[in-house]
Amino acid sequence: MKIIVLVKQVPNTTEVKLDPKTGNLIREGIESIINPDDRHALEAAVRLKETAKAKVTVLSMGPPQAIDAVSEAMGMGADEGILLTDRAFAGADTWATSSTLGKAIETIGAFDLILCGRQAIDGDTAQIGPQVADYLKVPQVTYVIAIEEIKEKSIVVKRRLEDGFERVECDLPALLTVIGEMNTPRYPLVSRLIDACREKAPIKIWNAADIGVQTREVGLEGSLTHVIKTFAPKLQRQTEMIQGDAKTAVAALAGKLREKKLL
Amino acid sequence: MTVWVEVDLCSGCKRCVRACPYGAIEMKEGKAQVLERCTSCGACLQVCKEKALQTDVKPREIPDFSDRKGVWVFAEQREGRLNKVSLELLGKAQELGAALSQSVSALLLGDRVADLAPTLAEYGAETIYLVEHKALKDFRTTAYTKAIEDLVKKYKPNILLMGATHVGRDLAPRVSRRVEVGLTADCTELTIDPTEGILLQTRPAFGGNVMATIANRYSRPQMATVRPGVMEAVRKPGAKGQVIRHDVSLMESEIGTKVLEVVREKKKKANLSEAKVIVAGGRGVGDAAGFKILEELAAALGGELAGTRVAVEEGWITADRQVGQTGQSVRPELYIACGISGAIQHRAGMMNSRYIVAVNKDPRAPIFQVADWGIVGDLRDVVPEMIETMKNK
Repeated sequence: MKIIVLVKQVPNTTEVKLDPKTGNLIREGIESIINPDDRHALEAAVRLKETAKAKVTVLSMGPPQAIDAVSEAMGMGADEGILLTDRAFAGADTWATSSTLGKAIETIGAFDLILCGRQAIDGDTAQIGPQVADYLKVPQVTYVIAIEEIKEKSIVVKRRLEDGFERVECDLPALLTVIGEMNTPRYPLVSRLIDACREKAPIKIWNAADIGVQTREVGLEGSLTHVIKTFAPKLQRQTEMIQGDAKTAVAALAGKLREKKLL
Repeated sequence: MTVWVEVDLCSGCKRCVRACPYGAIEMKEGKAQVLERCTSCGACLQVCKEKALQTDVKPREIPDFSDRKGVWVFAEQREGRLNKVSLELLGKAQELGAALSQSVSALLLGDRVADLAPTLAEYGAETIYLVEHKALKDFRTTAYTKAIEDLVKKYKPNILLMGATHVGRDLAPRVSRRVEVGLTADCTELTIDPTEGILLQTRPAFGGNVMATIANRYSRPQMATVRPGVMEAVRKPGAKGQVIRHDVSLMESEIGTKVLEVVREKKKKANLSEAKVIVAGGRGVGDAAGFKILEELAAALGGELAGTRVAVEEGWITADRQVGQTGQSVRPELYIACGISGAIQHRAGMMNSRYIVAVNKDPRAPIFQVADWGIVGDLRDVVPEMIETMKNK
């Protein structure tokens, strides 16, 4: 069984702040990590490797330093890695990104299963999985929490719903997006990590030409949506501070709430 | 493709630094400098009064979309029950439709779901495109995608909105790729640009620390998913809608998925999205016992208990009661924040509440900036006093 895992390197966003003076993102000193949901996809793939004799290829797109994410995935047990990196890919929306990943997967060749995280914590779009699936014309199941059975031509999975779950049988080849509930990812093995950083490690670096795309089809130029403005959320209100001890303040507050018919 | 600065023209005003969405312009010795991470997006070119920023990027041509009309909402139903977010979206669609002088329609897909059409009409759908088919009984991505693809190609809408639910976030990207359009995820604000007439889609990014406004100039329909609980449903009692049936041909063999079983997990789930009053606690509450007291206050007000991520991580409340960027977005009439400092991630989930009360012992806590009324004081004094007062209301 041939499995491709899509992985994104992301900044650890809970730490991202805006510079109060310039309004820009402060990126310096922020650690880069493998996107958390993608780590669960990797774990699922490596487990299949152990139970169903799968070969696992990890595919990532990003700046040259995203090689670290690919190496780490190799450390967790992926057999080969591919990093798509080219200045032409920069500034891509999900349309252009899914075209790029789709082309790269076509370049890799036949597969049985594509696994990816539901969403990346820097964009939170959850769009790449379904868009890649449509590009490749394979069925998809999102929010997967368990792989129950692999048959010859299909796979049975559990999909999380807001108020429960459903069991879905999906024809192969297919694309699944997984969520954190699915498993506990393993730590990379140091010996494997060292191997992944060697010169002859099975990691390929591909640019736009390697996957046969024109620069106008990818990156910012190939995008259909564009960010036209970014700003710090304005959440302020005219706040009235109510003074006095607890009893006085609460009585005053109750008066205000009654005025607005909230009580 | 590059953007560069003509140093002699640069006045050092920093407008470009502020305008750059990518943080790719820096000041060096009083002049702007374009950094490596510039994506040639051109945002800086428009704000430079000195014409010091220059580019060799050719402006992209915007196709003519004058034949694209109508604001569409995907009416999400499961087992014949409409998801509330679809009615919220119809509320927003009425506003967008009015701004564009275009009509509002709902897409209703399923197996024997026609009886939901009057509800959709009552919440603002002038037209209901109805697709009924046995294969649409359960939500299955490829089958639903095919039906919507048919409708979009036939009726050429201008805007298509879906709820950012487990269904919407599975379906919308698939549809967008199929009909070859851009898509913006999880929006919290939608408006029409008065000059260009395009949909401006605003959403939180980077964990809610930044808001980004996104435009979809090059493809139609302009598609967005919208976070549940953010928009407001607007009922128009007695409104009638026109039902247009569409027949879709679906082959079981082409759908690729079968739903074997649907399991509802019957746990008593908090229903924060419907609550009129929410009493929420954060780190300042201190312990589970503190939350018991908040729960009493919530009960006295006929409301629900909620909390911050910290409160969930500490085990003081269950995860289904978390409000914020990684929890739920809520918009009750009254939100009482107790011992919550007001981190941006939390504020993102409650800023749409009609009225906000904050109680905190730190007068500088950021929560006070978003509150309508603030009380600086110890929760252990203030909350019991509130319970007492509310009980005697």
